[in-house]
Amino acid sequence: MKIPQLVVRRGRARTAAVVLAVMMGVLSVAFFRAQVVRGTAWALQSESNRLRVLPIPAPRGTIFDRYGKVIADNVPSYSVSLFPAPTDSLRASLRRLQPLLGLEDGFVEQLLEQARTDRRQPLLVVGDAEYEDVATLEELRAEFPDVFLEMRPKRRYTAGPALGHTLGYVGEISQDELELPTFEGYEQRMVIGKDGLERQYEGSLQGMQGVRYIEVDAVGRVVGSFEGQAAAPALPGRDLQLNVDLDLVRYIHEIFPEDRRGAVVALNVADGGVLALYSAPSFDPNDFVGGIDRGLWEQLNRDPTRPLFNRAVVGRYPPASTWKVAAAAIALKMGVLEPGEVMPAPCTGSFRYGNDVRRCWYPAGHGHQDLAGALAHSCNVYFYQVGVRIGLDNLVREGSRLGFAEPCGVDLPVESTGVFPATLGFWEDRYGFPPTENEVLSLAIGQGPNDQTPLKMAQFYVALARDGTAPAPRLAVSRAAEPPGPDWSLDLNGEDLEAIREGLRQVTAPGGTAFLSTLEHWDLIGKTGTAQQGLGEEPAHAWFVGLAGAWGGRPEIVVAVIIEEGVSGSAAAAPIAAKAADFHLRRKYGIPTDTIQTLREHYQLGVPAPWAGRGRRETE
Amino acid sequence: MRWFRRWAVDVELVGVALALSAFGIAMIFSAGVLNVPSPVTQGAWLRQLAWLAISLLAFTAVVQVKPAWIEWVAVPVFLVAVVLLGLTLAIGTGAGTAEGVEGWIEVGPLRFQPSEVAKIAAILGLARLLSARDEPPASLRDLLAPSALIAVPLGLVVLQPDLGTALAFVGLLFAALYWAGTPPLLLFLLASPGVALVLSFDTRIWSAYFIALVGFLYIYRYRLYLAESMTVVLGNLAAGTIALPLWNSLAEYQRNRLLVFLDPALDPRGAGWNLIQSKVAIGSGGLLGKGFTQGTQKRLDFLPEQHTDFIFSVVGEELGFLGVLGAIVLFWLLLFRLVRLAERSRDPFAGLVLFGIFGTWFVHIFVNVGMTVGLVPITGIPLPFVSYGGTFLLSCWTMTGLAVRLAGET
Repeated sequence: MKIPQLVVRRGRARTAAVVLAVMMGVLSVAFFRAQVVRGTAWALQSESNRLRVLPIPAPRGTIFDRYGKVIADNVPSYSVSLFPAPTDSLRASLRRLQPLLGLEDGFVEQLLEQARTDRRQPLLVVGDAEYEDVATLEELRAEFPDVFLEMRPKRRYTAGPALGHTLGYVGEISQDELELPTFEGYEQRMVIGKDGLERQYEGSLQGMQGVRYIEVDAVGRVVGSFEGQAAAPALPGRDLQLNVDLDLVRYIHEIFPEDRRGAVVALNVADGGVLALYSAPSFDPNDFVGGIDRGLWEQLNRDPTRPLFNRAVVGRYPPASTWKVAAAAIALKMGVLEPGEVMPAPCTGSFRYGNDVRRCWYPAGHGHQDLAGALAHSCNVYFYQVGVRIGLDNLVREGSRLGFAEPCGVDLPVESTGVFPATLGFWEDRYGFPPTENEVLSLAIGQGPNDQTPLKMAQFYVALARDGTAPAPRLAVSRAAEPPGPDWSLDLNGEDLEAIREGLRQVTAPGGTAFLSTLEHWDLIGKTGTAQQGLGEEPAHAWFVGLAGAWGGRPEIVVAVIIEEGVSGSAAAAPIAAKAADFHLRRKYGIPTDTIQTLREHYQLGVPAPWAGRGRRETE
Repeated sequence: MRWFRRWAVDVELVGVALALSAFGIAMIFSAGVLNVPSPVTQGAWLRQLAWLAISLLAFTAVVQVKPAWIEWVAVPVFLVAVVLLGLTLAIGTGAGTAEGVEGWIEVGPLRFQPSEVAKIAAILGLARLLSARDEPPASLRDLLAPSALIAVPLGLVVLQPDLGTALAFVGLLFAALYWAGTPPLLLFLLASPGVALVLSFDTRIWSAYFIALVGFLYIYRYRLYLAESMTVVLGNLAAGTIALPLWNSLAEYQRNRLLVFLDPALDPRGAGWNLIQSKVAIGSGGLLGKGFTQGTQKRLDFLPEQHTDFIFSVVGEELGFLGVLGAIVLFWLLLFRLVRLAERSRDPFAGLVLFGIFGTWFVHIFVNVGMTVGLVPITGIPLPFVSYGGTFLLSCWTMTGLAVRLAGET
């Protein structure tokens, strides 16, 4: 080849240099666009590439009883999770975890299925691992790089089944709940109150989740916690102070007959606060923490005694004789009844009204009775006549005014409304015909279309124990400066109220239906009831609603007890109410609680009770 | 001291090459700084340092060789290289991050890539062939012999399959042909079947291109033989026709690489991963970068092949746009120096070798740097002087030696 002239070479070189410069320029521009023009966007992606946001669960607020005892608090629990990874590596990790955590094959498959549906979230393997397992895993950390151990607060209920219905329970939020407006701002895996007080006060008990950033590499291995960006600590939920007397509830759980169904409600007369709310049979809310075992859940749901059913607040029973007091209160308010007055018709065991002949429960008859005597003996014939004097219109109107067709307003998510005719149209709606005047006879003795919750009956008796007004029964101590005002009023003067209480006092006087449940230290008065079911072929429900307080003072506690198929209010229900009231008051006044309580127990044990019949006149 | 005068005969080229080698070792060191250290990248910089020492020895040796010997040795070297390439197909193994490419030959503890030898051999062989001509190539027929010469090693490399190195052969062929005085029109016609192949992914675009080509040939008919025009038309037609079977014959990963070049989101966890993560790394580096060894994308193992093919992503992430610009300027100086040396050289063989080296490195640099920002499809091709790899560093320094020695002979 001839040697090219310098001019030729220079020309070729210049072209080559231009091409070179252009191509290098193209590269520079490409990098300028990526790094300077679009740099911020890529920087963000780089951050999200390597940073995983992990929520720090907030401990729920502690729940205290009225004396500051802990009812529900939090203990640390450890969860074992796996970081998001392809299914194959998840499977491998689970296989190696299997012997350590004792996982079953089926469960592993279930977890993998779950991981497939939600690939971005860490996979929760064990929600509440044994401490030893966690310690082992911590030691073998290097062998399990994709395992993530997390401390989560776990709810603990100190009273167990005694407060199951009242407290409710907590659980992981469900997909359906996440979509509710109530749970706006909630995230998956958060633990929420599902029932009872936990649900009622969810908003304040929950607290605020914290946030933590951890750095992961391309295969999802945790490289460490990332300090560069502020992590927000979790804010614990607000504590909740209850009116409940924890030891009283435990005591009630202890003395309530084990094989019985029923409920106990104890209210504080001073402010209507709930001292105890108990429903039997019960369940242990601790079983629900961290997810309830499926077998146990099915068992609880299939159990014919319905342990999950809160009888104290949702159960409705015919109030029977306990409602006679309400009839008396209405008659006194209307001025159609004088306390000392004896009804014109004596009790002969039955009462004729038009063509209708109604019986008294005592076939021999009670003879002539005043209000106190009629209450003491629970005479039906007396109250038939009270009912006639009031008239059906007035009874329906006044009964409704006293809230027998409304809920009490307790601070629980679910409460049953009492069944009571709010208007005369009630019969029309329910049975298709207008009521006859003699409906008043049934209603006056607490029968007919009248079903009330134990809580409602207790609230009504609180009004009797006070000045005729009753506030809504509240479980939690109100944070407001002033307690809520009374819901309604009996509109009775002091004399009339005292007359009713005098009647109730006769119930526990010698010869009264609940005499054997009287107490040494406290003035216990009240009313028994026996509520027939349906046609009266099955055993009747046993009622007792009692008021108790120091001798010569105002009643301080109201206890309502219902025992399903307990047959006798005086034998089954009254002793429980008496012992519960005694237990609460003894502790309130510093009297030891380990001695014999009721007169019945004195007789059974052969210990003399010189105080028997104190402050009572013998009923005739 | 004679050897040193030879050594330092072109301070600019050697200086830039040394600077790039040092820069490469620093970046390989950084690529080994991971949160979860990997045996592959940890200490790679030390091995590279050792290879640099070997490379400098080789360079020193090469600059002692008389230019006439170099010219003489071109043919035997070329033949040996072809034999080695053939041997590689039979007994070659994969290595390191390029497991899929069986481009290595192991001789006892030594392992090297015959394709690197072949590149040098092709440069020398082509220079020898073209410098033997009296006139610059003036027709397609004149291009037949050089093309055939390159087609042999190129074909063997494609079979490995190592498309990146194959591109380098194309680069050196065109660069050498250009320096030999081939009219750009001829070069275009030589390249046109390749263009047709690329454009054939869309029938309409290919048809428009084909019609334009035929029109072009008609306008310039007086400058071409009829047979040549026909060959070009047939070549383009054939390229368009074989595109589909060729596409189907590609390995799946090769097809995916081309597909994700058009849309990385197609397979973000698979074939698109490299490109996406590389772009994130470079983009997040911003103007000033995250600092030497501080790149998070790299540190957390998001970057693939970060000490070999994707080392420039580490540069982008850690040193930012300014660092990238600095590196590009170094490469520009390197290539521009080769052009200057060729311009000064009065020996046709020397000029052709210099331009062959220029073409090879240009393809390596442009494709490697370009693929990290998504400018060109991802091809397994290393960055001269910078990427980790012993044989490649050795070959780069041998080329530098050849360039310096031949350029100094004026």
